[in-house]
Formats: sequence, structure tokens, C-alpha cells
Amino acid sequence: MRQGTQPIRADQGFAPTFKPNLPYRKAMGVAWEAVALLAILLGIAMLLTLLVKVFLDGLPYLRPQLFTEFPSRFPDQAGLRSALQGSIWLMVLTALLSFPLGVGTGIYLEEFAPKNVLTRFLEINVANLAGVPSIIYGLLGLGLFVRGLGLGRSLLAGVLTMTLVILPVIIVSTREALRAVPASIREAALALGASRWEMVRDHVLAYSMGGIFTGMILALSRAIGETAPLITIGALTYIAFDLHGPLDIFTVLPIQIFNWVSMPQQAFQRLAAAGIIVLLALLLSMNSLAIWLRNRLQKRW
Amino acid sequence: MATDRYALEVPLRLQSRAQRRRWEERAVRGILLFFALVSILTTLGIIYVLLQETVLFFRQVSFAQFFLDTRWTPLFLSQRFGIWPLVNGTVLVAAGAMLVALPLGLLAAIYMSEYAGERVRQILKPFLEILAGVPTVVYGYFALTFITPILRSVFPQTQVFNAASAAIAMGFMILPMVASLSEDALYAVPYSVREAAYALGATRWEVATQVVVPGALSGIVAAFILAVSRAVGETMIVAIAAGQQPKLTLNPLESIETMTAYIVQVSLGDTPQQSLAYRTIFAVGMMLFAMTLGMNVTSHLLIRRFREVYE
Repeated sequence: MRQGTQPIRADQGFAPTFKPNLPYRKAMGVAWEAVALLAILLGIAMLLTLLVKVFLDGLPYLRPQLFTEFPSRFPDQAGLRSALQGSIWLMVLTALLSFPLGVGTGIYLEEFAPKNVLTRFLEINVANLAGVPSIIYGLLGLGLFVRGLGLGRSLLAGVLTMTLVILPVIIVSTREALRAVPASIREAALALGASRWEMVRDHVLAYSMGGIFTGMILALSRAIGETAPLITIGALTYIAFDLHGPLDIFTVLPIQIFNWVSMPQQAFQRLAAAGIIVLLALLLSMNSLAIWLRNRLQKRW
Repeated sequence: MATDRYALEVPLRLQSRAQRRRWEERAVRGILLFFALVSILTTLGIIYVLLQETVLFFRQVSFAQFFLDTRWTPLFLSQRFGIWPLVNGTVLVAAGAMLVALPLGLLAAIYMSEYAGERVRQILKPFLEILAGVPTVVYGYFALTFITPILRSVFPQTQVFNAASAAIAMGFMILPMVASLSEDALYAVPYSVREAAYALGATRWEVATQVVVPGALSGIVAAFILAVSRAVGETMIVAIAAGQQPKLTLNPLESIETMTAYIVQVSLGDTPQQSLAYRTIFAVGMMLFAMTLGMNVTSHLLIRRFREVYE
């Protein structure tokens, strides 16, 4: 990459042997620009290949029975009914639990926390939790919720585990949304005699709700595709009855997909692809909702 | 008289309102702090659960058996507990993923921050975000049903489950993360530094690679370390595509097993709880937690040092 020219560094200046071969250097620049663009396009090409491949594989099995039937040993009769129920229940309950916890923590760290050792520790802790592999949360859920609290392989154990998985994501996005509100808004509220909580509730939150909801939806879309922690806490793959409450055993879309992928028969692989289409469609609609919310509610300063 | 009563009443009302506000303020602060403490409890919970089971594990298996043996067969009749085959598999896949994700991710970041105009960025960025948002089980499916057949047609000795296929899929999954974190690091280099280099006659590519990238190096390295940590902890791709054969090998075309895939294998099987074989997943989890934590902390330290340079 440096043939013909010496490296230019601020600390050493131009070396005496530097040859100002500008056309060559410009040509190299253009060539590398093309290579860099190609790197991005390669990633995008991979994504498109993946989508086309999944779509072609799964299309034949994308039929009404896929949504109405329980899993089965016979691919022609197998469906996602129990997995869809599990995923939707899991998403709703996880949202209810993680919203106050995550947004509350975000508000505390951004608006209330004094500058002290505890706050610093909290911040480092959240940053580290975000980097813990999700399967470790599964082991936590297994030890704490499944066995410790005796919840068994229930939906509730899954909800609690998944809440902890996405909590750092919600905290980080909430803080970003709060930070986007300019200090002048806060100062104006405080100057008019508002208490700190009144300032946050009536002004800062009012302006940052768009960003907070967007972050929340993106966190939930992570939860809906997350598989490893739920396998670890023992969510089952074969469930042939409807889900009635949080203490029932459950399965979710990605686990059902994983189960079908692991089957040797070609037909089940196709079924897995159909399941993936459903999962991706669900994610796509959630992400569209998030983008729509962001454009509609987010305020530009 | 009337004015006197008024003068008395108002301060009282104000006082009680102020008290109520102060009480409310304190209550809200307390509740929010409690929510925040949940995240600390989570960390403590992780350490407690892992440690508790790991201690029980090491009562039955010695450190020497764990760290000096070269075979991992806890689910067989002749149990051996050498962790290295699992570490080997994990590192092999992670290294392969990095071969894909690091160069492509860094090039993508350079393009985004140094070349692309606002409009091009707004077209390209969502694609990378989608690439990052695809669930890992989908990448697993893609690795097994698309990448593996291609590998097998190029290298006929490739096994059905192999490290290379999982590594390639994982590399593309991690690419957006490397790109976006490196891009942040490149952005943090002040524009004046670029202008100085342009003024000296450097071309755009020279500015990017010889001025901006070295200036953002610690941030980029931090991004790389986070990417490795992510690859080490990634589960579903390897569980689907890389196999269940823990072994010491550097051949990416062979079937291997990673630490995460082992945990999945035991979780899916009918290994009785409270058995030694079952406890192994917590010991393996502890090892995984220690490795990723070490990398994450290193990365955060680097980012903090890097911030101090330019702020």
C-alpha cells in the first residue's frame, strides 16, 4: 500500500526520499476507496443472499397450518402455534417487567445519581453486564429462578431471565434519549421552582419518550430472537398444548426453529426456514414501528 | 381580621405542599435507586450461581484434571474433564470470525467516516443495522444449509459440521458491530488533524490510513476486543453448525465443540440435575464468564484512555 511513497507521519514529517508521485497516490486512493466500499457491499450481499435463501427454502411451508398447528413428528402437520404463543407472551410480560426497571435505572443514572463511588460502580456494572454472553444469563436463570425460586421451566422463569438479558440495552438507550434533551429545558423547569422529579416527569420525559420507546422496541426485538438463555433454563422444544398462564412450560419461535434445523430430514429444514420467515417478519414489523415512532415522536433541537 | 387569616393560611398550605413534594421527591429517588440496584444484584447473582456450582464441581474434580487433561468427555462412561478442547474450539471459531469481521469491519468504518457522503451513509447504514439485528439462530441455519455445502464442494474433506462455516457466518454477524464501534472511534479524531494532513498534501486515503486510523487506534483496538468477546460468547451459530466433538485441532474444516455449544448440548439432553456431568456446565460457564469479562474490562479501559486524549 505504501509502494513508491514513504509513510507520512505527523511526528517525522516528510522523509527526504519522499516522491510526490501524485497521480499514483491518487490512483491508490481511488483503488482503496473501492475496496472499502466493496467491504460494505459484501456484507450487504451476504444479507441479501441469506434472505433470498431463507425465503426460497421456506415459501412452500408458509401456509395457514404453520400458524394453527402444534409441532409434530410429521413435517406436513407441524406448525408454530405453541411457539408463537410463547414468543408473544414472553415479549409482552418481558416488556411489562423490563420497562420500569430499565427506564427507571436510566433515569436514575442520568438525572438523579450523585457523583459518587456507588454511581461509578453502577455505571461500570451496567457496561459490563451489556457484554456478558446471553448464555451466562441462562445459567443465572437456571440457578436462581428455575431452581432457587422453584419456578421450574415455566414462562415466568423465562420472562425473568429475558428481562435481565435486555435490561442493559434498555438502560443504555434510555440514557441516550435523556441526554438528547438540552440542559436549557432542565434549567428552565428548575428556575420556575420545579423539583427534580417534577422536572424529569413533566419536561425531560415528555420530550424523550420517543427515544425511550424506540430503544424499548429494539430491546424487545433482541429478546424475541434470543435463544441460548431460554434453552439453558430448559424451555422445551415440543409443546402440543396452548399456553394458559405464566407458570406453564413454554417454547418460543427461535427454539422451535433450532429444533427443526437440528432434524436430519430435509422437510424439517424447510419448515425451519418457514419459521425464520415468520420470525423475521415479526422483527421487521417491530423495527418499522420503532423507526416510525422515532420519526414521529423524536424532537430535533 | 380576614387578611390575618389569609396570611396564616397560605404559609401553612405552602408548607404542607412543600413537605409533600419533598416526600414525593425522596420516594421517587428511592424507588429509582432500587431499580438501579437490580443491575448490581444481577452481577452478584451471576457470580454467586456460577461460583456455587463451580465450587461443588471442583470438590469432585481436581484443578489438574480440569486444566492439565487434554480430553473432555464428561458425558461418557469414562469421564475426563480437560477444558482445553472446548477452549480450542471456541478460540478456533472466534479467530475465524475475526478474520472476516475485522478487515471488513474496519474498511467499512473507514468508508463510512472518511468517504461516504450523508446520503450514501443513510442508504448503507440501515443495511448494516439489519445485518446486526438478524437473530443468531438464523445465521446458524444459513451456515449449515448454505455455507457448509459451498465449503464441501470446494474442500471435499470438509465435515458436515465444521468450525469454518460457523466462523464465516459469525464473522458477518459481528461485522456491523466492528464497523459501528470503529466508526465512532474514527469520528472522535478532531477534524483539525485531518485538515493539517490535507494541508501537507496527503490524499484522502493517506489521511484516513496514516493519520485518522493511528489517531483512533486505541478505540479501534477496543472495538476489536469487544468483537472477540462477542464471538467467544456467541452460542446458536456454533450449536447449529460447528458440531459436538470437543477436540484439540487447528483444522477449521473439522467438527469441533465450543464452550457455549457444550452448555446447549447438556441443557437439551436428559443429564440428571445435581449430577457431576450437569455441574460441568457451570464450570464451563465460569470459564466463559471470566474470559469475556477480562476482554470487556480491557476494552473499556482502552476506551477511557482514548477519550482522555481528545477531550
